[in-house]
Amino acid sequence: MRAIRAYLRGPAAMIGLVLLLAVIAMALSADWAYPRDPLSLAGRPLQWPGANPRFLLGTDNSGRDIAAQIFHGARISLLIGLVATGIAILIGIVVGALAGYHGGWVDDVLMRVTEAFQTLPNFLLLLVLVAVFGSDITTVTVAIGVVSWPAPARLTRAEFLSLRSREFVEACRTLGMGDMRIIFREILPNALPPIIVYASVVMAVAILLESALAFLRLSDPNVASWGNLIGLGRDVLRTQWYVSAIPGVAILATVLAVSLVGQGLNDALNPRLRGR
Amino acid sequence: MRVLALAGRRLAASLPTLLIILIGLFLLLQLAPGDTVDALMAQMGGGSAEIAADLRAFYGLDLSVPAQLGNYLWRLVRLDLGFSAIYGKPVATVILERLPATLLLMTASLSFAFFFGLVLGVLAARRVNRWPDTLISTLGLVFYATPSFWFGLMAIVLFAVHLQWLPAGGFEEVEAGLTGFARMLDIASHLVLPTLTLGLIFLAIYLRIMRATMLEVLTLDFVRTARAKGLDETRVITRHVLRNALLPMVTLIGLQAGTMLGGSVVVESVFSLPGLGRLAYEAVVQRDLNTLLGIVFVSAVLVILVNFLVDLAYARLDPRIGAGR
Repeated sequence: MRAIRAYLRGPAAMIGLVLLLAVIAMALSADWAYPRDPLSLAGRPLQWPGANPRFLLGTDNSGRDIAAQIFHGARISLLIGLVATGIAILIGIVVGALAGYHGGWVDDVLMRVTEAFQTLPNFLLLLVLVAVFGSDITTVTVAIGVVSWPAPARLTRAEFLSLRSREFVEACRTLGMGDMRIIFREILPNALPPIIVYASVVMAVAILLESALAFLRLSDPNVASWGNLIGLGRDVLRTQWYVSAIPGVAILATVLAVSLVGQGLNDALNPRLRGR
Repeated sequence: MRVLALAGRRLAASLPTLLIILIGLFLLLQLAPGDTVDALMAQMGGGSAEIAADLRAFYGLDLSVPAQLGNYLWRLVRLDLGFSAIYGKPVATVILERLPATLLLMTASLSFAFFFGLVLGVLAARRVNRWPDTLISTLGLVFYATPSFWFGLMAIVLFAVHLQWLPAGGFEEVEAGLTGFARMLDIASHLVLPTLTLGLIFLAIYLRIMRATMLEVLTLDFVRTARAKGLDETRVITRHVLRNALLPMVTLIGLQAGTMLGGSVVVESVFSLPGLGRLAYEAVVQRDLNTLLGIVFVSAVLVILVNFLVDLAYARLDPRIGAGR
């Protein structure tokens, strides 16, 4: 309760929450507000926003409704962000927990692999994965998760290193609990809050990665993704720049919302760090 | 000397990492549908199965996977990155042609982000929780959330199309046939927008870290001592706080080197710069896996090299590092 009240006190966190709720509302109402396929032909191409009351945000170069693509795109962005973050956090927790809890050669091996992933530019690795496994929406989401796990793994490892020699862990060992039970039932709940806060950073980066990939036309062309629309608008950038501009604002607002909420959570959960 | 040995040890420790990357990627690319020969045949407009088999034998693609991996690693030791069937040149040559543009772009972006991040971070920390701080911190958050390719496109619309101050893309005006200083100016004007675009997100990160470290260092005892001995605030900041606050900033350069290389893929595509990132994108589209693998290798080496330099800079900034061990 105190954490919620602490969260609601920060103005930046409140702005973030309102923005995030707006994006979620767009995603949820997409089917109701724009029941037609957002990628189907809706009207004359390249109508400026406001020129035709039927298309609030205008139409793109293929005559598709931009507003509909923005609403349906909110779904794709949030979905990819959530699932990819889930995958990254899951891998990160498992790797970090095993490395931090066991130490020794397990730690050495796992950290070498983590380092290898961190040395490789993650967008390049993403390109390689897409080149090898194709670019439908599931593959892209999994690939983004797979390139994003090293940072959560390091964070989890650091938490486990400081927790593994605490008294409650010793007590669990004395009681004869197995390693797996100690790691996931006893230590993990204590290590979780900073990892959950960090998940917001992973999600913000995941949304940006997907949009960049879609912009380069290496993501799934059959879904209404904001990045796809920006890439399409690039062809008419000199005259009809609004086609690229509008989805960019949507990405900016979503990523901003996710980072503000994460920062607010951080301040609420670690009151000592307030004002940093 | 001791510092050099220390950094050298770190450099040697990164060799196994490099090996893991290479083996992992090589095995990953085995899963890719189609190989170099398929790409080559497609470009030639098809051909008989015999030609394909001959070509595979020529490129060593008919061997078993472990033998191919062994060949690949042995060639890498001799700095031979293989042959790009698409460009019709050795991969090393293709990469070397593209490397200068990327290095120039990365250096410029890093300097821009580091310098302005430092200045804005110090300004924000000195006026903490007042309006300059709020303004700078908000800008930082917005910059962090801005997709770089979108910022680049909007910059093109504003500065190249409407105001016509700067060129919209490319590395230089080849037709103008400029030389010497004029050519340098021309390249610089082409790099202004890409530098801002690539550097924006790093500017946001640097200013946030700089502000946080400044606030932390300002509460330490030696700052109180410096003030107590009568130094004015500017001297306290420049001589005492800044040097200590720089350490996390320098660490960040090493951590962000890979992210910056990844970001250059997108930025170079937006501004059609002939750099490594754009080459990576073209390699993916054209299924030129040899070139892609070579780029990833060179990028990993670059990241390791940057971290080596960061280690050296770190030891210079913090005398405790060289002296301790």
